[in-house]
Parts: sequence; C-alpha cells; structure tokens
Amino acid sequence: MATKKKSDEKAVQRPADKKGNGGAGGNGTGPSTEVRGDAKLRQELLRSMLLQRRFEERCAEAYALGKIGGFCHLYIGQEAVSTGTLSMLRPDDYVITTYRDHGQALARGISPRAIMAELFGRQDGTSHGKGGSMHIFDAKTNFLGGHGIVGGHVPIATGVGFAIKYRGGDQVCICFMGESVVNTGAFHEALNMAGLWKLPVVYIIENNRYGMGTSLERASAIHDIYERGAAYNMPRAQCDGQDVFAVRKAVGEAIDRARKDSIPTLLEVRTYRFMGHSMSDAVSGTYRTKAELEEHMKRDPIALLRHTMQDGAEIDDAWVQKLDEELKAEVQAAWDFVELLHPCVVEDLWKDVLVETTSQEHTSTPG
Amino acid sequence: MTFRDALGQAMREEMHRDDRVFLMGEEVAVYQGAYKVSKGFLQEFGEMRVVDTPITELGFAGVGVGAAMVGLRPIIEFMTWNFALLALDQVVNVAAKTLYMSGGQFNMPIVFRGPNGAALQLAAQHSQAWESWLAHIPGLKVVAPSTPYDAKGLLKAAIRDDNPVMVLEGEMLYNTKGDVPDDDYTIPLGKAELKREGEHCTIVTHGKMVLVAMQAADSLAKDGINLDVVDLRTIRPMDVETIATSVRKTNRAVVVEEGWEVCGVGAQVVDYIQRDCFDDLDAPVVRVHQADVPMPYAKNLEKAAKPDLAKTIAAVKQVMYID
Repeated sequence: MATKKKSDEKAVQRPADKKGNGGAGGNGTGPSTEVRGDAKLRQELLRSMLLQRRFEERCAEAYALGKIGGFCHLYIGQEAVSTGTLSMLRPDDYVITTYRDHGQALARGISPRAIMAELFGRQDGTSHGKGGSMHIFDAKTNFLGGHGIVGGHVPIATGVGFAIKYRGGDQVCICFMGESVVNTGAFHEALNMAGLWKLPVVYIIENNRYGMGTSLERASAIHDIYERGAAYNMPRAQCDGQDVFAVRKAVGEAIDRARKDSIPTLLEVRTYRFMGHSMSDAVSGTYRTKAELEEHMKRDPIALLRHTMQDGAEIDDAWVQKLDEELKAEVQAAWDFVELLHPCVVEDLWKDVLVETTSQEHTSTPG
Repeated sequence: MTFRDALGQAMREEMHRDDRVFLMGEEVAVYQGAYKVSKGFLQEFGEMRVVDTPITELGFAGVGVGAAMVGLRPIIEFMTWNFALLALDQVVNVAAKTLYMSGGQFNMPIVFRGPNGAALQLAAQHSQAWESWLAHIPGLKVVAPSTPYDAKGLLKAAIRDDNPVMVLEGEMLYNTKGDVPDDDYTIPLGKAELKREGEHCTIVTHGKMVLVAMQAADSLAKDGINLDVVDLRTIRPMDVETIATSVRKTNRAVVVEEGWEVCGVGAQVVDYIQRDCFDDLDAPVVRVHQADVPMPYAKNLEKAAKPDLAKTIAAVKQVMYID
C-alpha cells in the first residue's frame, strides 16, 4: 500500500538525521528507532505481536467460559499497529487509547498477569478489578487508559500534549482511536486545538473499516479519513497497518515531528480486525462476508513479519515454534496464576472514589 | 470587595502559590474575562497560564482533564454552566470516574467553575441551575459560595483539592460585596455554615438564595419569627450534621433553591431531614424552588417563575402554620 505523506505548509526545520529515516533517537537511551532495526529488534517485534495474539485468543476462551464479563474487545489482526507504534516510544512518553486496549497494554510492557487479573475481576488487576477490559490503566508506563466513550479520550490526549508543552518537555502523546472516532465532535474539537496550539500529539486512526457493523463508507462522508487533518492544518498520512515496518516508519516520522517541533500529526493506519467488534458481536455474516474476512486474514501481520524474517534466514520454523510455545506457556501461567487470586474485597467498593489529599505549595521552573 | 474580585483574588493567589495551576476557557485572557473575573490575568501570568479557547466546551473540558491526569492543576472556566452541558461527558465519564476505574492510579486535581442559574431575562437556555445534575455523581465535589468571603475561601480550597470540584457561581452574585481578608485562608469543603441563628424555623439553602433567605430572616424578625439560615456552601458532600442540628433545634424546615422541584437538591435535603430528624419535625418540610417550566423571557413571567423573598416568607409561615 503506497504511503502518502503531506507536510505541514511551513517547512519544518529538523536537525540533520544521520541515518536519513526520520528515526526519533531521543536521548540515546530510548528504544531502537531505526525502522527495520537489527535481527534482535525484529525478534522482539515478533515476540510482542505473537504475545498479543496468544493472549487475546485465551481471552476469547475465558469470555466464553464466563471468566471475563461485560464487554471484551479483542485486538486480533491489529498487532502490527500496537507493536509498530509502541516500539518507537520512550518510557516517558504517554499513551491513551480506546476500549480495545489489551494489545496496546501488552505492547507497552504491562504484565500479562496484571491485565488478565483485571479481566478476571481480581484485586491484583491493573485497576484492582474496578475497571475491567475497557479500562486498563498503568501509571508506571504512562498508559492513560482504556476509555469507553467513543471519541471521549481524544480531547484528553490534546490535554496531555498541552501539559507537555506547558512544562517545556519533549515527550509525545500517542492517541489511538478507531475510524469511527473521526466523525465525533470530540475528535473535531480536540484536533482543532492541537493544530491551533501546536501540541506534541500523534493521533493514530486504527482504521479497521468497521464500527460495530457499520462500514467506514456508511459512516464518513470521505473515505481517506486522514485528509481530515487538513481541516486542522495538521500533517497527515496513511500507511499499511499490517506491515509493522510501515507502521514504525510512519509513526517514527510523526513522533519526530512532535518531539522536535511540537507539531501534531493525524496518521491513518489501515488494518483489519479478525474477530467481531466485541465478544458479543458477530464475526461476519451480517455486515461483512466470510469471504472478505478470509481474504484479509491472508495479510496477517504476524505471518507477514515471520515470512520476512524467514526469507532473510534469520529464523526458521523451529525457532518460531519454540517462541510460540514459550508465549503460550506464559499466557497459560498467567491464567493459572490469576485463577488462584482472591476476588476483590467487597469493602474496597468504597475505595478510590475520591482522594483525601490536597496540594502543597509548588514552584518550579518548567523544562 | 466584590464576589467577582474575591474569585479573582483566590485564583491569583493560587496561581502564584503553585505554578501547575492554570486558567483555561472562553475569553478569559485577551477579553479579560466574560464577567471580568480574570481581569488582568493575562498580563500577570502570560498566555501559557491564561488560555483562551475556541468555543469547544467538550474539547477544552477534555483538555483540562488530560492535563490534570498528568499532574497539572487546571481551572476550567465555563462562560456559563449552561454551556457545560456539552462538556458533561468529560466531567462525568472521565473526571469523576477515572480515579475509580484506574484503581486509584490517576486522580483529577481539576476545578470547573462558572456562573450558574438564572440572571435577568436570559431565557430558557441561559438560566438553568446545574447543581442537582452534578451533585448526583460520585467522584465529584460541588460547591456553591454565596458571599465574597466564601467565594475566595471555597475556590482556594477547591483548587488545592486533589479531586474534581465544580464551583457554581452566579452572575447575580458577582457584584455583591462583603468583607474579604487579604490573607491566605481556605474554607473546608463539605462544611455548611449557620449564617443566622434563630429558634423558630430552619431555612436550608445555597448560592444566591442565601441572600434571599437572609432578607426573609430580617423581615420575619420584625414579626418576632427568628430563623436559622443554613448555607450549605458545599452541595456534595453535603454537611448533613449541620442541617440536622439546626432542625432538631427549630423543629421546622424550609428548603430554598433556585433549581426546579423534581429531583432538585432540595429533594435530597428533605430526604436527609426525614431520615435524621423525623421525630423532631412539627410539620412537613416545605420547599421553595423555580416553577416547573423552562425559564421564560418576559420580565413578569420570569419573576413569577423564580423563587423569591415573598415566596420564601410565605413558605416559612406555611411551615409554622401562620396565616
């Protein structure tokens, strides 16, 4: 899929980049941001994606068994988007996302046990069982949730960008959203302010083509939805979301622009979900044909990366099988561990509604 | 000092005390504030700390929420609380609930403030009182100052509170005057105040209706009827103890509010009274509130709709079985 990129109208001054691929670099202690990286990086990317896949498959099973309740939105098929994006971030960057958050939480490095404990409604879950699948939060990794209202988190991302600029920092905020979000008022208001005030936010549309069962074409007046960035004077692009390197490249350029020049980007990443909108919804039949689904499943992001690595003789079938068994065992161990955990203490129902604290005096020079 | 200047002084002091505090809203900076509460702020603090927004209540409420999540302390001004209806998704679904949904990881040290309730002939869309909608939500605090002294103390406390606090002011209160000390004082949230003492009847009220209640107390005192006037100051969490102490003493209560009757704040007050003071009551509690209609424009119709001094006095007499 061709990558189209439109630059901001004014020429953006950037320091000369040695490798010429727009890698972020940071302060040198950040992740490897060269797009294709070395063999070791590629193995990490594959591991990250396959962990998500195996985790989500077990979640489907757990949901069917009644161990996960409520709404459960699986990330299967979209793993290159989470891994591709989050592998380009520093630990002090911020991430905010929708209710389809398991994949991103895992890619950010949150422990499978803690996430599964949350899904199973245990005290030791990421939110102590108070949030559930749609509300994974982790302060340690600046993972700001896990939000249930379509579009509601996008102004929050703008606010995080504002705070970064207020403090004179060079962090960026990644804001994932589905393609349905671009029709909400909140999206419009949030991007307008980010474009107006020049805030370091990368808005990433995970375009998996369908809301619950309403296709993009039936919801949006335009189909190249990244073009909406023009309304906000915002650099914008689209890329192939099944190709982890394409994601890394596009996201890397956007992060670079945000970090160095505090300019936001609207990035449309074209992907596809292999399961239904949620575990309560049809996988196919009403709004998409089984044939369409099967066609898209041929571009499985994990298989694509694996084939690339195998073609380069970096790995072989035995290596992949070993990795897969390891990850399956890791997820099984998480399940076994979580099953033994105590349920939430009922007295904790009343906890964390309000905090008791007030602020101390605080003056510091920003940045 | 005016109520308006007391709010301004509160914000100014807090912005000096803590450089994480900033003010954001429509016309707060260059225009010097739609109601001049932030007059002079842009010159004093600069454009990063006093931020004019486009007309995007949902958007900038969310910007405040995001900034609060990562450690800043926003004051988000709604030009009036009527426009905040657009922002309620951020206030209710995010600001109120994120601490809980995150299992205690992310608190929201944010203040949402602005004029609330009716002014004069602004008609239906610009005259609503919002305290009962907001007070319904666990995870929010809701305050309604009635005097300049309370305005400064409550707003300073709200800014220092590490939770989301809704501050309901009033255009009709901005020009009222009162003594306001220059020093650094706060009023604790969740504490009502007995603004007048009397043995015959309790009025429980808040916001601009406190002024009406005090006038009623003055007028009725001439007839030998002495009132306790309980100013709630904080709607949520409500100071039930102060209400109950008063009603146990007077045995009669009138609840005055500018909002509507159905599911209004007054309905909650009455529930607390019947729950905690049932055996102390000599009469059913009487409520005074806006007529159950959208606010009309015409002067005489608006007057007929609004709670006022005459209606309050009549309510006291009713609860005392006088006339």
